[in-house]
Amino acid sequence: MAAEKLKCKECGSEYPLEALYVCERCFGPLEVAYNHSRLGERSALRRRIQAGREDIWRYADFLPLAGPPPGSGNRAIPLAGLPVGWTPLVRADRLGQALGLRNVYVKNDAANPTHSFKDRVVAVASARARELGFATLACASTGNLGNAVAAQAAAIGLPSYVFVPADLEEQKILATGVYGTNLVEVRGNYDDVNRLCTELSSEHDDWAFVNINMRPYYAEGSKTLAFEIAEQLDWELPDRIVAPIASGSLFTKIARGFEEWLDIGLLEGRLPVMNGAQATGCSPVATAFEAGADFCQPVKPNTIAKSLAIGNPADGPYALDLARRTDGAIDAVSDDEIRDGIVLLAQTTGIFTETAGGVTTAVLKKLAERGDIDPDERVVLVITGDGLKTLDAVRGSFAQRQIDPTLDSFEAAAAHEPLIVQALA
Amino acid sequence: MTVAVKIPVTLRSATEGESRVLVEGATVAEVLDALFERFGELRDRISDEGGSLRRFVNVFVGAEDIRFLEGLETPVADGSELTILPAVAGG
Repeated sequence: MAAEKLKCKECGSEYPLEALYVCERCFGPLEVAYNHSRLGERSALRRRIQAGREDIWRYADFLPLAGPPPGSGNRAIPLAGLPVGWTPLVRADRLGQALGLRNVYVKNDAANPTHSFKDRVVAVASARARELGFATLACASTGNLGNAVAAQAAAIGLPSYVFVPADLEEQKILATGVYGTNLVEVRGNYDDVNRLCTELSSEHDDWAFVNINMRPYYAEGSKTLAFEIAEQLDWELPDRIVAPIASGSLFTKIARGFEEWLDIGLLEGRLPVMNGAQATGCSPVATAFEAGADFCQPVKPNTIAKSLAIGNPADGPYALDLARRTDGAIDAVSDDEIRDGIVLLAQTTGIFTETAGGVTTAVLKKLAERGDIDPDERVVLVITGDGLKTLDAVRGSFAQRQIDPTLDSFEAAAAHEPLIVQALA
Repeated sequence: MTVAVKIPVTLRSATEGESRVLVEGATVAEVLDALFERFGELRDRISDEGGSLRRFVNVFVGAEDIRFLEGLETPVADGSELTILPAVAGG
């Protein structure tokens, strides 16, 4: 195993690879540290990865399990669980054309088992939790994570608890409850849910809260997005990444994935410019970026992008640092821009994303219009979730009409106004 | 003003295992000072050299983050509850 220890990102204190997430000395976050010195020669490593499974476990050398991947001879975790990752990287020429860019790609992570990137982090956290002997999964969720935990728990046969804000979109509630989890709706916002779960994790230390006591392992799962993007670009780096920011974990771990591969020579070049995307109604990181601050003031979220509605982002300081050191930025867009972003992506790529993807697409548009992006740059837009999760966001965004089942009725309607409304030429 | 302070599991090695400690104080700062008087090791763990809270420490009075109130100067009523929690959870 290449994972060696947990290390505090603030003070460097070291801990064993257990269910720990906070440094006892300074309260800083713990992160998995690896020793990659035994990975062997670069081209052989590439071949080994390419011959691997078509899921995140092809990158097992860079993930924090003690044994082999689940379901492949790891006696502690015989059930494989849901296969996650290896989602399409799609060239988005029509989207690029609409924005005056020539090299735009969409990493469509809605193509995961529960239709969001959260399947990646849950796969890693739940596998490590099983290795550590936990028999119950839990999470504090804005919705997508709840879907992923409930489904993965069902697949591996563990009981689970999913805590969500009570005002969540109905689609996310239904698509969680169906898996037979203990779904707990908390009267409060996500930050209230998170506070409750942080307290609960102190009292229920036999539960694996994937994004609390298992958070160092959980967060590692997001690196696989970077690995896949690089491999799908034929072992090259993109010039720029545009990704959403809620807690900042995904955003920072995508960069960490690229950095790990740069460090060991699997990739060459420089870290992509990192652009973060938030909704104006919950933009503590974008606000701190603009103010030149290195820490975020918490906010009370009020946005349709509920999956990004974290007012007190745990990795905010690291997201700020990353955007600055890569010459990137963190921008925010309004709810109307989010709705327009969903429609723009749908009508130029055929990919229907949830509100978080609307945020990301709208920020890409904003950057292009501001002239921040060279038209020839290779830009990857990270789409983290499926539009079927937030259907209300597109209600009323197009014309509908009914006709009688006769030719006359159709012709009359078609004469009245064109039946097909094309938003983009 | 007697205030109950809830101690997260991460800090209990500095409070002789206690998860809930009763101390006196009229503001969050006074409550924390009283707590540090009793458990000296806590001071270094959750506050920096200048006496501010470290950046990954969240403190709540009741259910509210003190950053939405008056920070360390937030007044605390008799019988209220103060919760110290790590900020790195969630997401």
